[in-house]
Amino acid sequence: MKELLKEKLSGHFPNIQFEFIEQFDELTLKFDKSALITVCEFLKEEDGLKFNFCEDITAIDWATRINRFTLVYHIFSLENKFRLCVKVEVDETECSVETVSSIWKAANWAEREVFDMYGITFVNHPDLRRMYMPEEFEHHPLRKEYPLMGIPGAVPLPKK
Amino acid sequence: MQKLTKDDVHPKIVQALLGADVHITIDDALENEMILNMGPQHPATHGVLRLLLRLDGETVIACVPELGYLHRGYEKMAENMSYMEFIPHTDRLDYISPPANNVAYALAVEKLAGITAPPRAQYIRMLLAELARMCSHLVAIGALAMDVGALTVFLWGLREREKIMDFFDVICGARFTTSYTRIGGVASDVTSDTMKNIIAFVDQFEEKFDEMERLLNGNRIFIERLEGVGVISKEDAIDLGFTGPNIRASGVEFDLRRATPYLFYNEMDFKIPVYTEGDCLARYFVRSDELRESVKIIRQVIDKIPNGEVMLNSPKKVLPRKTEIYTKMEELIHDFMIVNFGINPPVGEVYHAVENPKGELGFYIVSKGEGHPWKMKIRSPSFANLQAIPHLVKGHMISDVVAIVGSIDPIMGEADK
Repeated sequence: MKELLKEKLSGHFPNIQFEFIEQFDELTLKFDKSALITVCEFLKEEDGLKFNFCEDITAIDWATRINRFTLVYHIFSLENKFRLCVKVEVDETECSVETVSSIWKAANWAEREVFDMYGITFVNHPDLRRMYMPEEFEHHPLRKEYPLMGIPGAVPLPKK
Repeated sequence: MQKLTKDDVHPKIVQALLGADVHITIDDALENEMILNMGPQHPATHGVLRLLLRLDGETVIACVPELGYLHRGYEKMAENMSYMEFIPHTDRLDYISPPANNVAYALAVEKLAGITAPPRAQYIRMLLAELARMCSHLVAIGALAMDVGALTVFLWGLREREKIMDFFDVICGARFTTSYTRIGGVASDVTSDTMKNIIAFVDQFEEKFDEMERLLNGNRIFIERLEGVGVISKEDAIDLGFTGPNIRASGVEFDLRRATPYLFYNEMDFKIPVYTEGDCLARYFVRSDELRESVKIIRQVIDKIPNGEVMLNSPKKVLPRKTEIYTKMEELIHDFMIVNFGINPPVGEVYHAVENPKGELGFYIVSKGEGHPWKMKIRSPSFANLQAIPHLVKGHMISDVVAIVGSIDPIMGEADK
């Protein structure tokens, strides 16, 4: 499966630089975020791959790196029983990436959660609201600069 | 439930409600649209789930779930505590089946640290996970029946669950918040007496569960309230990220115990119940079939369980025994280092998912080689399952919303993290 994936991807996208990382029997695929939509569509639709199940989307905040955030997509192929981790880098100044909720509907809430927790905006997302925190909340709690004990007065109290 | 005016609801939620694409034609509903607030304090929403419903007469035409009323920030907390310290917090994710969460977390950390628990510990983990599955499904079936008006099943289910809780008490020392697994094994051994008692329990359980099932399967009101309600197709179920009994009720044979085997599940003989209808009734049938399969697994586990240690002997990663800490210098040093600085797994990241009673529970852990994780993400099944609610309730009555939420079986503790 791993060889098939490498062969198909490099055969179909000769212009995109793919980086394959193998760790703990898991395959990670890294590439530039501009190609995210086309590659994800290919991974879902291509015969023999069929990554039709989006398990999870999250981000990692590296705090001091140049590309501050890494977006992590865990997708699963029900046909081949194979899990793939897709990664794209996002810079803090730009802080936005194209949404994949048009490819997998399950990505809708997962992206809302990433937006809530890290402040990364998803372009063309149908309903980009905060997932857990109240709408008036200004911060993004899972960023490393947000203190563990919270910021006093950051969560507004309900109106009497 | 209360009727709301537009000023009471946040403008973005109103926008989401009114902007939802409505492709329903209603013939005999009243020409009377309103927005209704269901929850977070509503007995049928299973915790603190808030649903905002846009109604035409009594028909739901759009629904927006609001989460976050139980958000405790576990992912942030995990970044600031050692791997060991997070185990009690996993109890509070899916609080109906705490041992299953403990097992999922321990497996993820062990994969990251590159250690494997001894076989006996893994068998005990399987035993506990299956008992937890029974616990969870008994509550799920009971609560679903209670929501549609059959209270007796709930009480009978809790009676059986109480017996399982007593086993947790004997094995783990706590009925509810078990915190039973350790990194590299389990906290204490299960005695042969306890195993005999568990066998005695499952022997009488099947008979008791037959009684419960007769109450439901012969109950015309129960069947008619659920049959054909909240139907989700196979494609939509995959697309929306359904897992667990919910996806298997839609005709997808997806069970992580078989798809990506962990522990010793590949040596166990059990069936994966699959129904193709995709309605609330099918979701109930999957759960009741799984209860019987869990009984089968428990019998095999107790039959096959090997003798041996329950904790791995790996001093740099695994806490030593208390008696050894008090008598031996080496163990005292290791204990001090592990408790104060953590187990320091190598740099890397791991995603490990297991089949929990509610669905796929995954832990994604990023390590920088320190005592605490750099990042931890919890992929909770209830969160993904809840996402389908707007899709499922569209076009149904308010009373069906209650049945649909009950059949999805969300636990807000893990949906809100």
